[in-house]
Amino acid sequence: MEFRYLPMTDTDKKVMLATIGAENTDELFSDIPVNVRFNGELQLKKPANEAQLKKELTDLANKNANLTAYSSFLGAGVYDHFIPSVVDHVISRSEFYTAYTPYQPEISQGELQAIFEFQTMISELTGMPVANSSMYDGGTALAEAVNLSAAQTKRKKILVSKAVHPESRAVITSYAKGPGLEIVEIEQVNGRTDLVQLANELDENTAGVVMQYPNFFGQIEPLNEVRELIDQQKKTMFIVSSNPLALGYLTPPGEFGADIVVGDTQVFGIPAQFGGPHCGYFATTSKLMRKVPGRLVGQTTDEDGRRGFVLTLQAREQHIRRDKATSNICSNQALNALASSVAMSSLGKHGIKEMAMLNMHKARYMKDKLEQENIDVVTTGAFFNEFVIKLSGSVADINEALLAKGFIGGYDLAQAYPELEGQMLIAVTELRTKEEIDTFVKELGDIHGR
Amino acid sequence: MAVKDFPLLFERSKEGRTSYSLPELDVPEADLSADLDDSFIRTNAPDLPELSELEIIRHYTGLSRRNYGVDSGFYPLGSCTMKYNPKINEDVARLPGFSHIHPYQDPNSVQGAMEMMYDLQTALKEITGMNEVSLQPAAGAQGEWTGLMMIRAFHEANGDTRRTKVIVPDSAHGTNPASASVAGFDAITVKSNEKGLVDLEDLKRVVGDDTAALMLTNPNTLGLFETEILEMAEIVHDAGGKLYYDGANLNAIMGYARPGDMGFDVVHLNLHKTFTGPHGGGGPGSGPVGVTEDLTPFLPRPLLVKQDDKYVFDDDRPDSIGRVKPYYGNFGINLRAYTYIRTMGGEGLKKVSEYAVLNANYMMHRLEKEFVLPYPQHCKHEFVLSGRNQKKLGVRTLDIAKRLLDFGYHPPTIYFPLNVEEALMIEPTETESKETLDGFIDAMLEIAEEAKHDPETVQEAPHTTIVKRMDETTAARKPILRYDK
Repeated sequence: MEFRYLPMTDTDKKVMLATIGAENTDELFSDIPVNVRFNGELQLKKPANEAQLKKELTDLANKNANLTAYSSFLGAGVYDHFIPSVVDHVISRSEFYTAYTPYQPEISQGELQAIFEFQTMISELTGMPVANSSMYDGGTALAEAVNLSAAQTKRKKILVSKAVHPESRAVITSYAKGPGLEIVEIEQVNGRTDLVQLANELDENTAGVVMQYPNFFGQIEPLNEVRELIDQQKKTMFIVSSNPLALGYLTPPGEFGADIVVGDTQVFGIPAQFGGPHCGYFATTSKLMRKVPGRLVGQTTDEDGRRGFVLTLQAREQHIRRDKATSNICSNQALNALASSVAMSSLGKHGIKEMAMLNMHKARYMKDKLEQENIDVVTTGAFFNEFVIKLSGSVADINEALLAKGFIGGYDLAQAYPELEGQMLIAVTELRTKEEIDTFVKELGDIHGR
Repeated sequence: MAVKDFPLLFERSKEGRTSYSLPELDVPEADLSADLDDSFIRTNAPDLPELSELEIIRHYTGLSRRNYGVDSGFYPLGSCTMKYNPKINEDVARLPGFSHIHPYQDPNSVQGAMEMMYDLQTALKEITGMNEVSLQPAAGAQGEWTGLMMIRAFHEANGDTRRTKVIVPDSAHGTNPASASVAGFDAITVKSNEKGLVDLEDLKRVVGDDTAALMLTNPNTLGLFETEILEMAEIVHDAGGKLYYDGANLNAIMGYARPGDMGFDVVHLNLHKTFTGPHGGGGPGSGPVGVTEDLTPFLPRPLLVKQDDKYVFDDDRPDSIGRVKPYYGNFGINLRAYTYIRTMGGEGLKKVSEYAVLNANYMMHRLEKEFVLPYPQHCKHEFVLSGRNQKKLGVRTLDIAKRLLDFGYHPPTIYFPLNVEEALMIEPTETESKETLDGFIDAMLEIAEEAKHDPETVQEAPHTTIVKRMDETTAARKPILRYDK
């Protein structure tokens, strides 16, 4: 059978083997000892031709309820936002997506400059002077921030709010095992971090305090008060995970004195795609610049004085420092950072605020609507585009009924917080229309009333 | 004549231009300050650029033209497997039923996605010969760390807490010792012998009851198959350690040998290398891990399993090392890899390795006439040359790499592995034609001639690129990491 990705002809093969001085290609594998050789054929599905495979995968895709066919109120860290057409056109340019890491700056200025621009925009949004080229996702970026705070302060205790994304907390816990950190979770009360417990736990062994802003329940935590508490423990680092879209409207964590700000730019131009790949960001102070995990792009000049960009401060990284590196990260999320850059450029200075406010207005409209429908809204404090409602009965059952009506309901909080049985986290993005909201509320009322 | 710098987005920006088209506000405006104190409302707008749509497109199109990918030309970057990225992969990854599904949807509403993931796990088990696979790790380095954390958990579950050391060969990728360190181990180096393979005597010397694992790439970073792999497995296993397989070089042996049959206990794969998920300018990748039966309980959770014709995420795994990444891994990249595996099948994947190895050996034989070949034997999918003859003429490997840019090629990996002086690490991949290989070889031979007769031309290269060599020293000494007005 012939394969369209393999260009060698029989003649080519003969000529090449003659050059090598080998009878056949098996000879080239003769160094593999007989007793570890794999004999026979790998038992995989038979090769599919392009037309057949496209059909097979389209059929498989059609088995899934997707966010373009259903009206979704599901968020909890992954959001259904509008993606401008320009995004996919740019990231489909194969000079970008078929390139490797820009180690040869002379032929990689495009990627390098795009990353430099990404770093600048993340720096602007977070209010931090330094941002890196990207991390795998918001969760692992947060875990890297935690490990950095411990390495930097030479302390072992980390305070993590339970209003931080449950899966990010799970990742923090996994990453903390390596350096042997003690993770102390701070309770949430009505969807906000318990600052009294935080104050009690905060001591001279605390390396970092981890907050999310807006938090997992959508609420806007008082970062100013947290900063004041932290200030009592000189070296302790203030780590904030932040939805960068919300920072189009909210005061950035940098202005509240955060030491490290991380998050996920999925909200900008990256589809949900079942949870990945998304794109983590990592921003920090100038003081920590030489400790940042991952790649950094810096501006410089060439021999003729022309401006250009290079990977820089590489002495932090695994390919130079090996076991002494800040982190083991190598591959990052460059293409998704590019998608987010295009989306951020498209929104621009004003669009980003407008989009953030659209989310807030629509979420507030829906919250009022639900209250009018006598559905118990739990959230009382300030929130961004997510809030919590309480239902009688299982959220999973209600979501199943909603799905039959063409809706993807909110996140079942009992999955991560057993004490919040019956509570649903609802996300409202700019894509949800008044009509969708009204219908959803009515359907939910009907199902719930039954 | 001075060439104008290519402007930054921010330099193109002009007050009042827009490029966005957002849904309308079709609900009554809420009083946003009702629940939010003024101090939480941003006063300084983030200084994002203001551009029209065409200006954005011109900007990024311009940037793309200042970049070089596999679609632009030959990219023989050793250890990175820069093979062709099939276009069907990109198309299926954009089907709304895959790209627009949420990780927290009811599993019954995403069975198609889970079926694909399950089939991919099954295929990877077969290709590697491992007992179980998790698709959760985001990239190779995260796969390494995940694997080491499982090994750590395994030893701890046996009450074996003295195993603090992970052995890596001197030729290993930098991520190996870095991952060991992040997982809380000390990285210990084992030397290579004169054949470029792990020195068994040195391995016996460093291995002990404090050995948690030996991390190996096979074929190794010199492109050589570790022929004494079974002996190494025995040495490590007898000492109570585990054997870790770095899948960076799997492209050499698919259908010829499987890590599971060589005695490896944990494997990670780089789906963006061997299985054509594009490199994306640095990512995203995907780094699934495969394990033997005794390590299966420690896999990250949740684990995707099939129960009575239904796919479920099993989170009830008490011995699991926990989550290594939110959600279920880089689904979009896994889907591309699956599409590739479905295109090739078992027969096709074996041909992939056959041609990857044929191409590398062909290039090696033609190039060894001018460049030192430190380990003269059949290589696998890549080989390492030394530029030490050229260095005597004053031409460094870096110069050769830069000169290749003038010929329109991406250079090989240079100065790696560390145990070869002035190293040039070349990996052609199976998707390149003989004509392309010959073109590159001719360029290399021509540069070797230039080194003898006209070294300045090589030393001062590149001559044809849009920028010349960069001042990296100043970039690191006085870092400018963002644009400021």
